[in-house]
Amino acid sequence: MAVAAARGRDDGARAAFRRGLRLGVPFAVVAFLLSLSFGVLARQAGFSVVQAVTTSVIVFAGSAQFAMLSVITVGGGIPAALTAASLMNARFLAMGVALAPSLPGGPLKRAAQGQAVVDSSWALANRGDGTFDRWLLFGTTLPQYLTWTLGSVVGAVFGDALSDTHRLGLDAIYPVFFLSLLIAELRDPASRWAAVGGGLIALALVPISPPGIPILAASTVALVGLARRSS
Amino acid sequence: MTLTPTQVWVLILGCAALTALIKAFGPVLLGGRQLPPWFTRVIVLMAPTLLCALVVTSVFASGRSWSVGAHTVGVGVAALMLWRRCSLVLCVVVAVLVTAGLRAI
Repeated sequence: MAVAAARGRDDGARAAFRRGLRLGVPFAVVAFLLSLSFGVLARQAGFSVVQAVTTSVIVFAGSAQFAMLSVITVGGGIPAALTAASLMNARFLAMGVALAPSLPGGPLKRAAQGQAVVDSSWALANRGDGTFDRWLLFGTTLPQYLTWTLGSVVGAVFGDALSDTHRLGLDAIYPVFFLSLLIAELRDPASRWAAVGGGLIALALVPISPPGIPILAASTVALVGLARRSS
Repeated sequence: MTLTPTQVWVLILGCAALTALIKAFGPVLLGGRQLPPWFTRVIVLMAPTLLCALVVTSVFASGRSWSVGAHTVGVGVAALMLWRRCSLVLCVVVAVLVTAGLRAI
C-alpha cells in the first residue's frame, strides 16, 4: 500500500525508498534464516504448513512469533501465548511513539504506516535527531517481509530435514541481528551509557518478571534524556 | 498438550490483531504534530536502550533465568567481527558455525 502511494511523489521519497531497499538486503538474508527456524519450530509445535506460513505473513514480528511458540510448546494455553507475544511486541509501543511525529496523514493512514515498523527498519530510518525517514523505513522493511515469508515456507515444508535448530546453532542468529543494529546506534557517550543502563536493567529483571517485560522496562532508561539540557 | 487446528488459528489471528494494534498505537495517538525538544532527546536514546536490552536478554538469558551456552561464544565472536566492520551476513554465518561446532564437540 505504501509503495503505491509513492508513485508520483517527489524524487527524495523515491531515492530514500531505493536506499532503504539496498540497506534492507543483508537484514533480509538474516530474516530468511530466522524465519526458516520459525517454520521448523512451528511445525514441531503442531502447526500445519499453511498455518506456519500464514503466521509469518500476517503477524510479521519475529520475537512475538518465537515467544508464542515457546509458550505453547511447553503446554501453556492461548491466553498465555498471546500475552508473551504482546509483551515481546511491547517495544513497538515505544518505537511507534518515537516514529509518530514523522508520519503524515490521518489516524488510519498513520496506523497503516506504523505496521511497516520492524526493528531494523526503525533503527536505520532513525536520523538521530528525533525524526525518521519514513520512505527509508518502508524500503528497508519490504525485502525483509518477502524473505520472512519465504523463509517460513522453506522451514515449514522442509522442517523434517532441519529438525534440530538448536544443534544447528540457529539460535545464534537473533542476537547477532540485533547486535549489528546496536553497534550503529552507539554514536555518542549518552547513547553508550543508555545502552549499558538498558542492558543492565533488562538482565536484572530477567529472573523476576515474565519474558518481554525486562525489555520494555529497559526503555525507561531513555528518560534520562529529560534531564539533559542541551542548548 | 497440543492445540487443535482451530485453536491454532485462534492463536494466529489473535496474535496478528494484537501486533497490529500495538504497532498502530503510537502513530495514531501522537502522529501529525510537533513534539517538544525533551521528547526528541528521549526518543534518540530509545534505540540503543531497547536494542541492548534485546541483545543481552537473548545472549545471557533463557526464559526466566540467566544462562550462557555455546551460542554466547558464537555471538561473542560475531560481535568482534561486527566491531571490525565485517558484513552482517558473514558475521551471522560465523556465529552459527561456531555455535553448532561447539555443540558438536
